[in-house]
Amino acid sequence: MRHSPSGLALPGPSRRSLLRSAGAAAVLAGAGIPLLSACGGSGSSSDPKTVSLGSNASDAVPKKAFAEIYAAFKQKSGITVDVNTKDHNTFQEQINSYLQGTPDDVFTWFAGYRMQFFAAKKLATPIDDVWAKIGANFPDAMKKLSQGEDGKYYFVPLYTYPWAVFYRKSVFQQHGYEVPTTWDQLVALCKKMKKDGLVPIAFGDKDAWPAMGTFDQINFRLNGYDFHKQLMAGKASWTDAKVKAVFDHWAELLPYHQDGAMGRTWQDAAQGLVAKKSGMYVLGSFVAQQFTNKADLDDLDFFAFPEINSAYGQDTVEAPTDGFMLSKSPKNHSAAVKLLQFLGTPEAEATYLKADSSVVAASSKADTSTYTALQKKAYTMISGAKSLTQFMDRDSRPDFTSTVMQPALQKFIQNPKGVDSLLSSIERQKKTIFASS
Amino acid sequence: MSQTPTTPAQTPEAAAAPPPGPVPGGQRARQGHRRLLTRRDRITLGLMAGVPTVLHVLLVWVTALASIALAFTSWDGIGFDSIKWVGLDNFKHLFENNPQFWPAVQHNLIWFAVLIAVPTPLGLFLAVQLDKKIRFSRVYQTAFFLPVVISMACIGFVWQLVYNPDTGLINSLIGANKPGHYIDWIGDPDLNLWAVLIAASWRHTGYMMILYLAGLKGVDPSLREASSLDGANEWQTFKNVIFPTLRPTNTVVLVVTIIEALRAFDLVYVFNKGAQGTELLSILVTNNIIGESSRIGYGSAIAVVLLVISLVVIIPYLVATFRKERRS
Repeated sequence: MRHSPSGLALPGPSRRSLLRSAGAAAVLAGAGIPLLSACGGSGSSSDPKTVSLGSNASDAVPKKAFAEIYAAFKQKSGITVDVNTKDHNTFQEQINSYLQGTPDDVFTWFAGYRMQFFAAKKLATPIDDVWAKIGANFPDAMKKLSQGEDGKYYFVPLYTYPWAVFYRKSVFQQHGYEVPTTWDQLVALCKKMKKDGLVPIAFGDKDAWPAMGTFDQINFRLNGYDFHKQLMAGKASWTDAKVKAVFDHWAELLPYHQDGAMGRTWQDAAQGLVAKKSGMYVLGSFVAQQFTNKADLDDLDFFAFPEINSAYGQDTVEAPTDGFMLSKSPKNHSAAVKLLQFLGTPEAEATYLKADSSVVAASSKADTSTYTALQKKAYTMISGAKSLTQFMDRDSRPDFTSTVMQPALQKFIQNPKGVDSLLSSIERQKKTIFASS
Repeated sequence: MSQTPTTPAQTPEAAAAPPPGPVPGGQRARQGHRRLLTRRDRITLGLMAGVPTVLHVLLVWVTALASIALAFTSWDGIGFDSIKWVGLDNFKHLFENNPQFWPAVQHNLIWFAVLIAVPTPLGLFLAVQLDKKIRFSRVYQTAFFLPVVISMACIGFVWQLVYNPDTGLINSLIGANKPGHYIDWIGDPDLNLWAVLIAASWRHTGYMMILYLAGLKGVDPSLREASSLDGANEWQTFKNVIFPTLRPTNTVVLVVTIIEALRAFDLVYVFNKGAQGTELLSILVTNNIIGESSRIGYGSAIAVVLLVISLVVIIPYLVATFRKERRS
């Protein structure tokens, strides 16, 4: 052992004395010092030609699409984007401490209340200077979505996607179904589908958020955008007869939903649509990601959730919007501003959309010529909307929606009869949460 | 570890001797110092004892006390100036308004009751059987113990594949995944807790078996001999001779099971995040504290409830243990 054939080992005597003199503590300290210095050394890089970006785009498709945008930006400006990608859910769970610590210069986030919350807490930098340059690229609805409660801009939207009722064209043709435009037609269609041996409405609520989408649709169709916003902002009461009516409508539709929703993820529910076992599916257009076969994807279509109250028609579209924000004290402010300006251009959006065809551009200037039929329809629907909503957990306090609404809606799905006590329980919990800050 | 250079002909005693004296002493003597602990040793020992103490105090005591204090406040986790004193409000809302709280307490209790009632006797039974030195005993031991080695989260993933209502093993076998005849193992609030408990018991049985097996190895063989000479049958021997000697093991089993019931989390979190029917206190704490705009005060209040329940269990145990020590 002492004379290793390779000759690389230390000569015997010196190794022996080393072992003698160095006690366990010295070994520990010796191992500890380089470790500590390695920790200190790794984090410090404030290169003027680099801007750091925290990203929640951990899925393969968006990750690649974003990387292409940053590559294009580097080519144009010579500034490198140092991307720090975290798992999507982890990013969301840690956002709070992330923004208070040493966040990256720019980070990916969502429009609406969730953006305004961090803006109001002074964890983001206003970017009115960016909007002075990119403002002309966006429609008014997007501008409104990008402003904080103080009227300053905090957000650069990149893409958006609609929530609607998805279905297979071939299934509708085969059975001679027509797209329902009113509530009664929808219920009649469900009845017909059930008779034809289909599951009328696919449903999976294991992750607890998909049901919120159905609530949103029925609420703003029935009570209008303004009431919906007030309810989400904690101003309207959940015990209002208007809210009760939402649940009554939902209860009417519930028997036509897929059985056992609470044990099924949205991805599994989407398989029912792919396999033509389910007739319709109320979801965001990301449902298209589950259609891996090109022929199936071409067969996918959607319609706006039917009208319930003629006073509001179908004027509201739920269109969650994702984009970027600037952290509270970016290390490289000027480069970050340049990056945000670039992200607000139609080119950046086009680059993204080439790789991910399940969403549409937030900009009204983006090139739509390469859009698929589904994207074109989504774009028309969103740009034609009178009002845009985000999603329950983006339009309201996330702590309220995750700790109160998610379990409450699951309870409703299990037992649609106990609505009254459910609503008064929601209202009581809402008051304490909204009063807290 | 340090014998490598000189070992060849060392006796065990000689190998054990060096560390305390000769090794450092031999060299130090030449330098003229002959103190029990050198400065360096004292610093070393100070660090070895000090660093863990500081870490323990910071990460266990300070955090525990901080969460008790935070339980009486409202805080969204952003900046210390947003901490607001609210007195007992959090507890009031918790007991009166939170529809998930009492089910969570109840489920933690059910968790404990089931672990004591099912896997514990089963583990004891298996241990007694395996203790008889039957053929392939090691194989069986390994098979039953294997689940204990796997993390709870992984067990959650595996059992989800079994319970998945659409594509899972059970529903596929019994054809319960069709409309009209549908069993929602994960979603149905009357079923999912029991489904999770089966998975938990599956793991716990192996754990109990190993504990009891260790206990049985400690039973004096002469006791068995004596009872068989007295003509006791197997059941009588077990009931009157073996089981009473397992008393210390039973205490350990009880403590372990209480801990398992209180810290139950990972399995359910993976299974369905503690949705209707499977709420647990640990999951309520997590749901309130982790997130974008957290309710740290409220979550801490739930954690304090969990802490109080733990203390109710731990304090009598500690008192009993100390009393025993004092007596001996």
